[in-house]
Amino acid sequence: MSDIILETRGLTKRYGGVHALEDANFTLRAGEHIAVVGDNGAGKSTFVRQITGVEQRTAGKVWFDGNEVDFAGPIEAREHGIETVFQNLALADDLDVPSNLFLGRELIRFNLGPFSILDRKAMRERTQDALTRTAVKIPNLSNTIRHMSGGQRQCVAIARAASFASKLIIMDEPTAALGVQETAQVENIIRGLKDRGIPLILISHNLRQVFDLVDRIVVFRRGRIVASLRRDETDGNDVVAYITGVKGAEAGSYA
Amino acid sequence: MAELSGTAAPAARPRRRQWPAEINVLIGLVVIALIFEVLGWLQPMWRSDIAAQSFLWNSQRLSIIIGQVAITGIIAVGVTQVIITGGIDLSSGSVVGATAMIAMSFAQVAMVNGNPNPKAIFGPELMDLPAIVPALVAVACGAIAGMINGALIAYTQIPPFIATLGMMVTARGVANWYSHGNPISFPTQAYTVFGSGLHPVLIFVALAVLFHLALRFTLYGTRTYAIGSNPEAARISSIKVERHLMLVYSIAGALAGVAALVLTSKNLTAQAGMGVMYELDAIAMAVIGGVSLSGGRGSILGTVLGALIFGVITSGFTFLGIDAYYQQIIKGAIIVVAVIADVARQKRRARQA
Repeated sequence: MSDIILETRGLTKRYGGVHALEDANFTLRAGEHIAVVGDNGAGKSTFVRQITGVEQRTAGKVWFDGNEVDFAGPIEAREHGIETVFQNLALADDLDVPSNLFLGRELIRFNLGPFSILDRKAMRERTQDALTRTAVKIPNLSNTIRHMSGGQRQCVAIARAASFASKLIIMDEPTAALGVQETAQVENIIRGLKDRGIPLILISHNLRQVFDLVDRIVVFRRGRIVASLRRDETDGNDVVAYITGVKGAEAGSYA
Repeated sequence: MAELSGTAAPAARPRRRQWPAEINVLIGLVVIALIFEVLGWLQPMWRSDIAAQSFLWNSQRLSIIIGQVAITGIIAVGVTQVIITGGIDLSSGSVVGATAMIAMSFAQVAMVNGNPNPKAIFGPELMDLPAIVPALVAVACGAIAGMINGALIAYTQIPPFIATLGMMVTARGVANWYSHGNPISFPTQAYTVFGSGLHPVLIFVALAVLFHLALRFTLYGTRTYAIGSNPEAARISSIKVERHLMLVYSIAGALAGVAALVLTSKNLTAQAGMGVMYELDAIAMAVIGGVSLSGGRGSILGTVLGALIFGVITSGFTFLGIDAYYQQIIKGAIIVVAVIADVARQKRRARQA
C-alpha cells in the first residue's frame, strides 16, 4: 500500500442511461508513468474527469496518496498535488509566461489583500528555473503567449504543471495538435518528469509515443478497463487487439 | 536530460520585445496635434478674420484640452478595467446623474443670502455638512451601483451589456425621482473645491496613475487581465472570478461617483440629466486608446492617451472654427478608424507569429 499514489475501486460514471465508465479498478505506483489508451468514447477522458473532480462519480472509491478522497472540483484536486494539463490548455493568452505559470498562486512581495504587490522578479527567476529544468526554450518570457506557437504554449502549460505538481501529473493528449519537432520536445519534458520521479497519467492515441515513454499501458474499451499491460511484456499488435476488442472482450476489470 | 534538451528544441526565433500598443496611440495623438498645428498656421488662407497662430503653443488651450476630458476621463479609468475583464459598462453616465443628485443633497448650505435654501432637500440637520460627507456619499453611491452590476453579471450570468443597460435606465430613473426632476443647488463653499481650477485634472491624473499601477503591479491587475483573457483558465487556476468581477464593477461605479462629485462641484448644481452619453465617450476613449473590447488587452495609459486624442480633436475643431455638428460626425469616424487599425495590427501580428 505504501508506494501506491492513486488507486480506484469500482469507479463508475453514468450520464443518464449511458455507461461512460464501468467499475474501473486502477493503480498507480510512485514514480510510475502510465498511458491510458482506447478508442474515442472508450472512457479515457471520463476516467480522468472523475479523478480530478471535474465531474462527480456515480459510484466507486478513489484513494490518493494514502487517503480516500472525494474532490469537489479540480481546484481541490490541484491543492492535493494533482496537476492536469487540459486539452484546451487553460492559459491566459494576454499574460506573459511567468504570469501564466503562477496564475492563481502568484508570489507576493507586499500583502494588501486583492491589491497585493506582485513579486515579478522572483516569479520571473523561478519561471526561468522551471523552464530550464523541463528543457523548454521560450525566447522572451515577457511576451504574451497569444502569439506563441502551439508547441511553445503546450510547453508552458506542461512546465506549469511540472513545476507545481508534487504528486501526480495528468496529461490529456498533450501532443495531439503539435508538429513533429514540438512533439519531440514535449516527449523530452515527459522523460524529464520520469527522471525526477514524478508519476504521470498520459492519455494518448499515439502508440509509438506510448511505447517510448511509459511503464504500463491501460486499455479502455466501452467504458471498461480491459487490459493493464507492462510495456516490456506487450507490443503494438497486442495493444491494438485490446483496443479494438479482438482480445479481452469477455474479460472483467483488471489493474 | 541535459543532452536531450539540445536535440529537439524547435529553432527559437529571435524575437524582439513586443511593441507596446500605447506607442501607436501616442503616435496617433502627436500626428493629430501636428495636423491642427499646421492648419493653425495656414488658417488665414481660408479665414480672413483670423491670424496665423500656434495650436499647441498656448498654455490656456492645453489646460482646456485636459480640463474638458478630465471628468469623462475619470469614468474611462473605471470603464477600461471593466472592458479588460471582457465586459462593458453602459451605466456610468446614468450613475453620474443619480450620484450627482444624491451627493449634492448632502452638500447644501442652510441659508442663501439670508434666506433658507430654496432648493433644500433635507432639513437643517443635514445641511452645512463638511465636504467629506457628500464626497463619501458620492463614492459609496457609485460603488453600490457598480456592485449591483457586478453581482448581476457574476451570479446570474447575464451579459454585461444587458445588466448595465438595466442599470443605465434604472439609475437615470433614480436621478429623476430623487428630487422629482428639480435641480439641487447651493453647495457649501468647501464642496466647490473638488471642481475648481485644475483640481478635476489633478484628480483624473492621480486616479489614472493609481489604477495604472494597480493593473501593472498587483494581484488585482493580473487577475483582471486573466479573466478577460480566458475566464475558464482563471477559474481552473482557482481565481475567484465572481468576487473579482464584483470588485472591478464596484471600482468602475465608484469612479463614476467621483466623476459626479467633480462635475457637481464644478457646476455648483446637480441636475437629473447630468452625464448623459458620458458612458459612450468613456468607452470611446478606451477603445481609441487600444483597449480591446474582447477583453484581456489594453491599459489605463492607453485610455489616458485616448482621452487626450478626444480632447485635442474637440479643441482643435473649435480652434479651426468647425461647426459642432461636424465634430460629432468626425469623432464617430475616428472611433471606427481606431478599431479598424487595432484589428489590422492584431492580424498582422498573428501572421508573423
